[in-house]
Amino acid sequence: MGVPLPLRLPALLALALIVLPVLGLFARIDPGRLPALLTSSTALTALELSVRTALTATVLALLLGGPLAVVLARSRFPGLRFVRGCVLLPLVLPPVVGGLALLYLLGRTGSLGGPLRDWFGLTLPYTTTAVVLAQTFVAMPFLVVSLEGALRAAGTEYERVSATLGAGPWLTFRRVTLPMLLPPLGSGLVLTFARALGEFGATITFAGSLRGTTRTLPLAIYTEAQADVDAAVAMSLLLVAIALLVILVARPKAVEGRA
Amino acid sequence: MNRTPRGAAPTAVLVVLLSLLSGCGAASGDRNTLTVLAAASLTEPFREIGDEFSKRAPEVDIRFNFQGSSLLAEQIRQGSGGDVFASANTDMMARVRGADALAGEPHTFATNQLAIVVPPGNPAGVESLADLTDSDTSLVVCAPRVPCGSATEQVESASGVRLDPVSEESDVKNVLHKVVAGEADAGLVYVTDAGSAGDEVEAIDFPTSDEVTNEYPIARLAAAEHPELAGRFVEFVRGERGQRILGEYGFGAP
Repeated sequence: MGVPLPLRLPALLALALIVLPVLGLFARIDPGRLPALLTSSTALTALELSVRTALTATVLALLLGGPLAVVLARSRFPGLRFVRGCVLLPLVLPPVVGGLALLYLLGRTGSLGGPLRDWFGLTLPYTTTAVVLAQTFVAMPFLVVSLEGALRAAGTEYERVSATLGAGPWLTFRRVTLPMLLPPLGSGLVLTFARALGEFGATITFAGSLRGTTRTLPLAIYTEAQADVDAAVAMSLLLVAIALLVILVARPKAVEGRA
Repeated sequence: MNRTPRGAAPTAVLVVLLSLLSGCGAASGDRNTLTVLAAASLTEPFREIGDEFSKRAPEVDIRFNFQGSSLLAEQIRQGSGGDVFASANTDMMARVRGADALAGEPHTFATNQLAIVVPPGNPAGVESLADLTDSDTSLVVCAPRVPCGSATEQVESASGVRLDPVSEESDVKNVLHKVVAGEADAGLVYVTDAGSAGDEVEAIDFPTSDEVTNEYPIARLAAAEHPELAGRFVEFVRGERGQRILGEYGFGAP
């Protein structure tokens, strides 16, 4: 087997377009300042907040997006295609649009946020909860898509056999469907976490930016880039390193080419 | 079977790429395009100044790049082109100067102050700077890293009021947006931004605002492709006409 020659050069250019800018980041760094920059309280506070919120968002995506994936893969109802399309929206929308949408729904004057505030005295913007919601909005589709794809590819044969043997839907789900889902679930969760970690636009629009509360690593990088570019680059490296680590260690199937 | 000659596709890709690259090169080499990098807070008056300038010099096209001063300063240091730089504070100009990217001395051409803005109707009943520390009042300010944020810090030290914002935005326009959208009870922005927002916000002056004044310097850049034109633009901004337009937008005289 061989790759046709006309494909090789564009492939090389594509790879260069992704890898060279990231390598450029490494070239920009001043190694003498790196340790100090990475352990600065600005970087550590942001990293801690980022990991905490991204993990919470991943759990939320699992609890809500997991069932959604099963429903999308296993039910038939009119408008299913439309619903599936809606689930993909956050993947294609600019994140800042997601942030505005969240703001106008859940903001203090939002159609849902207004009543929440008037009745329960609850306001979401500027809270860590808002960060988690923004991250879940943007990252959950990764989980839904990978789970739904896996369920459809697996088919319903085993589940039908289980049903004929007298198992109810819930037992069948737990004993047959769930074990089938575990490998793709792992890769979906990893992608979801990585995407939540990198979330920027929706967060800054909906949650604002305050150290320790809503300023996640990507927001801290943006703020630092206005003043101390070395610090911003150091934190960018941190984010790149974590993302690479997550992708390589977990080796998600979607990334390994068997989505 | 339809066979493409070996190497035809890569060659085609190269040709497309090269033509794109050369296209960009030609655009930046225009004979009379003056590139002005200016602080975001100068957007409205500079557009008007640009129109006036073009009336007098029809052969010149002015291309504005309005962004945060800090970001512009960094871009200039990284060698992005431009003829003129107008910054929202002296720190950012000093940074560009420190990189030997200026041609000649910077000149202060305008001043600006902070004002409190609140949504129409002032729902939280903000009257003074001290009211902003009320824990029920959600306040949005600029991050200390950007010029409007360092002005905010100076206001804090001049007035002795410790502010407790719910968010520190990286751009004065973002602060304004949060107030306009009703997502904040109050914000600290430039007097001029409060003015450009019109009826969408109410502005409240406070006593110490006079003590903290941002100076806006303008200078020709060393990398200017049109040094003579750049000098003329700087003089126009500092001249009677430019000063009148800036004044109409609420900027103070140097």
